Order: sequence, then C-alpha cells, then structure tokens
Amino acid sequence: MSTEAAAPVDAATLLGWYEQMAVIRGTEKAAHDLFLRGLVKGTTHLAAGHEAVAVGASAALRPDDYVFATYRGHHHAIARGATPEGCLAELMQRHTGVCRAKGGSMHLTQADHGMMGSYAIVGAHLPMAAGAAWSAKLRGSGQVAVAFFGDGATNIGAFHEALNLAAVWKLPVLFVCENNRYMEYTAIHTVTAVPNPAADRAAANGMPGVVVDGNDVVAVHDAVARAVERARSGAGPTVVEALTYRHFGHSRTDPATYRPVEEVEEWMARDPLLVARSRLLGEGATEAQLDAAAERAAAEVTAAVRAAQAAPPADPADAYTDVWADGGAAWRT
Amino acid sequence: MANVRTGAGDSDVTTYRDAVAEGIAREMRRDERVVCLGEDIGAAGGVFKTTVGLFDEFGPERVWDTPISEQAIVGAAMGAAMTGMRPVAEIMFSDFLACCWDYLANEIPKARYMTGGQVTVPLVVRTANGGGLGFGAQHSQSVENWALAVPGLKIVAPSTPADVVGLMASAIRSDDPVVFFEHKGLFASKGAAAPPEHAIPLGKANIARTGTDVTVVALAATVPMALEAAERLHGDGISVEVVDLRCLIPLDVSTVLASLERTSRLLVVEENPYQGGWGATVASVVADEGFELLDAPVRRVAGDNVPLPFADALEQQVIPTVDKVVAAVRRLVSY
Ligand SMILES: Cc1ncc(C[n+]2csc(CCOP(=O)(O)OP(=O)(O)O)c2C)c(N)n1
Repeated sequence: MSTEAAAPVDAATLLGWYEQMAVIRGTEKAAHDLFLRGLVKGTTHLAAGHEAVAVGASAALRPDDYVFATYRGHHHAIARGATPEGCLAELMQRHTGVCRAKGGSMHLTQADHGMMGSYAIVGAHLPMAAGAAWSAKLRGSGQVAVAFFGDGATNIGAFHEALNLAAVWKLPVLFVCENNRYMEYTAIHTVTAVPNPAADRAAANGMPGVVVDGNDVVAVHDAVARAVERARSGAGPTVVEALTYRHFGHSRTDPATYRPVEEVEEWMARDPLLVARSRLLGEGATEAQLDAAAERAAAEVTAAVRAAQAAPPADPADAYTDVWADGGAAWRT
Repeated sequence: MANVRTGAGDSDVTTYRDAVAEGIAREMRRDERVVCLGEDIGAAGGVFKTTVGLFDEFGPERVWDTPISEQAIVGAAMGAAMTGMRPVAEIMFSDFLACCWDYLANEIPKARYMTGGQVTVPLVVRTANGGGLGFGAQHSQSVENWALAVPGLKIVAPSTPADVVGLMASAIRSDDPVVFFEHKGLFASKGAAAPPEHAIPLGKANIARTGTDVTVVALAATVPMALEAAERLHGDGISVEVVDLRCLIPLDVSTVLASLERTSRLLVVEENPYQGGWGATVASVVADEGFELLDAPVRRVAGDNVPLPFADALEQQVIPTVDKVVAAVRRLVSY
C-alpha cells in the first residue's frame, strides 16, 4: 500500500467520483444482464470491482492525455468520457456504438477523449503507450500517456520492452497495473517469481514502482497524480500497481469457482463503492446525498440501455469501410 | 552532414543503399513530424548503411537509437503514429519481423477498422528482406508474403534507387501503415538518382521492359533477374515484357491484365516460398478476371518450400535465378 497519506480531496469531488463509479458499475451490470438475455453476443470481460482504478486515475489526468486499455476496458472508456449508451450500443451491435459495432466489448475506443483503444492481445498496448508518450515529448505538448493492464500482462515480453524503452528515453508515461490476483483462471503468484508483479520490476528498469490500494479511489488518484506530475516534469515513467479484485469471473463463461470463498468475501467487503461511501460519510456527506447520487447513476444507465436497444443495428455496408485512410477497403487497382 | 545525397541531378548515378537514406532525408526535410527509430540507425548509420547521414543532419531528436526490442520499436511507432507523428521504424532484418509480428498482424493494420475509423496509423516499417547473400536461414528470408496475409497493411518493395526514393516519399506521406521491404541483394546496385520531388504513387506498377510474347511479373530483386533473363531470351527471338509491381498492396492488377492483352502468357517470379507466395494471389486474380486473355497456363518461379540453406550452391538451388526464369519462359512460349 502507498506509504504516503492520501492528500485531502474535497467532498464534492469525491461525490462526483462516487457517482461516476456507480455509473460504471451499473453499466457493467447492464452488460451482464443483456448478455444473459442474449442481447450481447461474443464475450465481455467485466471490470466490476476495478472502478476505483479507472476513476481515480482518470481524475488525475488532463482531458488531452492518452489512455490505452485492455479487453477489460469498459471502465476506462466510461471514465474517459465514452457514454454508457455508446458502449452498450457497441456491445449490442448497434450502428451508434462507439466503434460503429466494429470493435465490440474488447475494443472500446473513444479517441476524441484520449481513450486510444482497448487491445485484446495481452500486453500489446504498453509499447504503444510509450510511443504516444514519445510523441508527446517530441511535440512538446505536455501530455502524458497511461497504459492500464492486468497482472498477467507483466510476464509478457512487451511489458519489459516497454518499461525499458520508456525509462531510457525518459518518456512521460505511466504503467498502471490492475492487479486483481488472477490471470484468466490461474493465480498470478503461482506463475510469477515476485510478489508484486508490476511494481517489483520497476526498479529493474530504472523507475519507481508504487503499490496502492486499488479499491480506494482517493488513494489511486493520489498515487497516479504524483506519477503524472513526475512524468510531466520530464523525470520519466512510473509503475503504479493497484491492488484490486474482479467481482465476476474472467469473462462471461467463467463462474470463477477457483477462488476461495473467504477471499471473495474479504474483497467484496472492500468493494470500491463501499470504500468511497464510507469515506464520504466520514467526511460529512449524508446517506441521502449518496443515495441521490446512486439514483442518478442508475437512471443514466437505464436510459442508456433503452437508447442503445432502440438504436439501429450495425450496417453491413460498414464491413467495407475504414480499412484504409480513404475510408474504404480497396486493396487493388 | 555526411553522406546523404542532396539535389542529385537526373543523370547522376547512385546506389540503392544511398537511395534509402536519401528518400528518408527528403521526407524529414519537408515534414518535421517524420522521425526515425531502430537499432543502430543513428550515428552508426544502420547495419546496412541505409541511414547514413540522417543522424548528422537531423540529430538525436529525430533519429532515435533503440534497444534490441522489436516489439517496443514497432509498438512505440504505432503509438506515436496514432498521436500525430509519422514514424519510420527500422527492423534490421525482415526475419526479425516475427519478433514483433503481433504489431504487424494484430495491432497496426486493425486499429483503424476496429475503432470505426477513429484512429489513423501513418507509419512506415522498413526492413531488409531477401536472400542471395549466404546469411543462412534466419537472415535471408523473403517475407513479403507474411505481410500480404494481413488486410490493412500496404506493402512496398522497390527494385531501383529512383523507385526507392519515389516510393519512400509516398510511403511516408501515406496515412496508412506501410511495410517497406528493402532487398539486401540490391543495396549495392546502381541506378539513376531520383529527380527532385520524386514521388511514385503506391499501387502503380512499372513496365520495366516492353515485350510481346510473355509477361513476367516481378518484384524487388526478381526485377533485375527478369530483365537479365529477358535480355538473354531476346537473343533467341523471344520478346519478354517485365512488369515491376513495386507494391503488393495496393496491387496493380490493371497493369498486369493490360500487359497480358499484349502477350497472353504470364510468369510470376517471386522470392518468397511457393507455398502461400504472393504469386498465387496474382495468378488467382488473373484466372478470375483475365482467363480469356491467356493462351497458356500461368506459371510461377518461386522460392522452394525449405528454410534457406547457407552454402551458395544450396541457396541458389532454392531461390529464383536467371536460369530458372529463362527455362520457365521457354516452357511457356512453347506451350
Ligand atoms: C498474448 C495473449 N496471450 C493470451 C491471451 C488470452 N488471455 C486473455 S486475458 C488473459 C489473462 C490476462 O490476465 P491479466 O493480465 O491479469 O488481466 P485481467 O484479465 O486480470 O484484467 C489471457 C491469458 C491473450 N489475449 N493474449
């Protein structure tokens, strides 16, 4: 856990974060329900339980900073400004989906908000985030880039290549690991030689590695804010390892029976929404205020589900657009 | 500034190797978003000396030496391309593309499509391709067919110094990702220098030699091979037209079909292995759309389906040669 005490965040801001986390949680639940009703095909990798990482980190970023995420990226997309409606429409194969139904759950992208994509090849986007940070450095734009990834990604080559390149080129990039203790079905510690798979490898690549309570949105925000400041000042990259837990299985078909019941209960009791709630209550917010925020979030999600469901289906003609920059797909003359 | 050739006149002769640096330098001068990255490409000038002079002229802010991290090189190029730069990444030997194949196969060519057009990836991956130099099985492959198997990549493989410059200009200016194959066997070859402002549109083949009996479709190192074969066959009264494709994607089908209207016979000469080679795609398109133009079966001279051996005698046995092209043309005209 982060050794430094969390800096005070004002109650109104925290209430906003709480509401945003509730929107994300609601959207994830909606995705799950729609899947069970056969309205979402393929698969989904829900991030329920990880909301504090996405919201806390995003709150520490500028609107023009870059974010790269994994197939488990619904929460990052929404935290960066994709609408629940756009995301659900994408999952439900609607023309109005954020990627016009050509991406799906694993590839949610909202480039105009700096959400540069979700990538389904484990670890592939870490070098890309380094590249976006390199570009920011070359252009002198002051932007930073963030790669969110899982604990499992720390054992793939691209992780190590990206960290070294970022450090040796002093790039303004953050590597934010969401350590939820499991790869798909395998506990990370059974296949990894160090206890903190991301943070423990930071020093080997010449950068700080910070471990933070990933279920506490304030702690995440503060750790990320410090790393962002370091990056913008030209001091280079940081690894932030956020300890968290996923509420669902790895993907739609996984009941997650491999997890000990006590472990699940322990983490459920530390649900990031509950943690934020008790923080808010401790700071003088009322139950009524919190309930009102949760209700607003629920209403937003309900409206999003309705709108997505009513949206026109994906247009088969779109299968032949966007291969090339001219908009089309012609590969020959 | 060291060896980058500037403003060479029309009549000037240069090497394919120097043309690579010249082509990149011209684009770096006209567009400050163009940056280079790769192993040993800076002060060292590249292992093939294809980036000589760039570091001296443009400095370490535009020409970046990387660690031996092929995934980081191409992945970072992608991230930079998505966010406003025009990176030119070097993968030293094309065989090493396998180390970063995820980026060529899964990331770069699909980003635009799967984001519904939100993301553009204007980058060039340059790499030294091909055999004939006795480098053995892991440094000699022709792998343009690997790239051909992936929708979303543009594929360039020039055969002359002027084409290197003209195609480099279009590759770097392209808003789409381009894999640019420089043939190792051609680096020392000489040809006319490119005129100022030279740019060759991607997907426009060149009729390298006109003829009336057989069309030989070739690419990169198989172009001079086909031209030499044509010269030999000319002595026997066989007139060979040589089409230099220059690019595999976009593929200039129109030029190939137009040539077949004149010759009615097609031979494709490709260095990558016959199994899954690009010649099969050319043959298939011609069978589909130009069958009535043909007076003989389509033939292919390609690499044999073995890893490339080291010894000259063995390597020459399995890659296309002038003799193999001559023999194949002879068979075709006597069909
Ligand atoms: C290169 C690659 N190998 C394997 C997979 C299959 N796979 C998908 S998710 C996953 C587990 C990743 O775990 P982690 O990085 O901890 O992320 P989490 O799912 O916990 O968010 C695996 C093995 C993949 N998508 N890409």
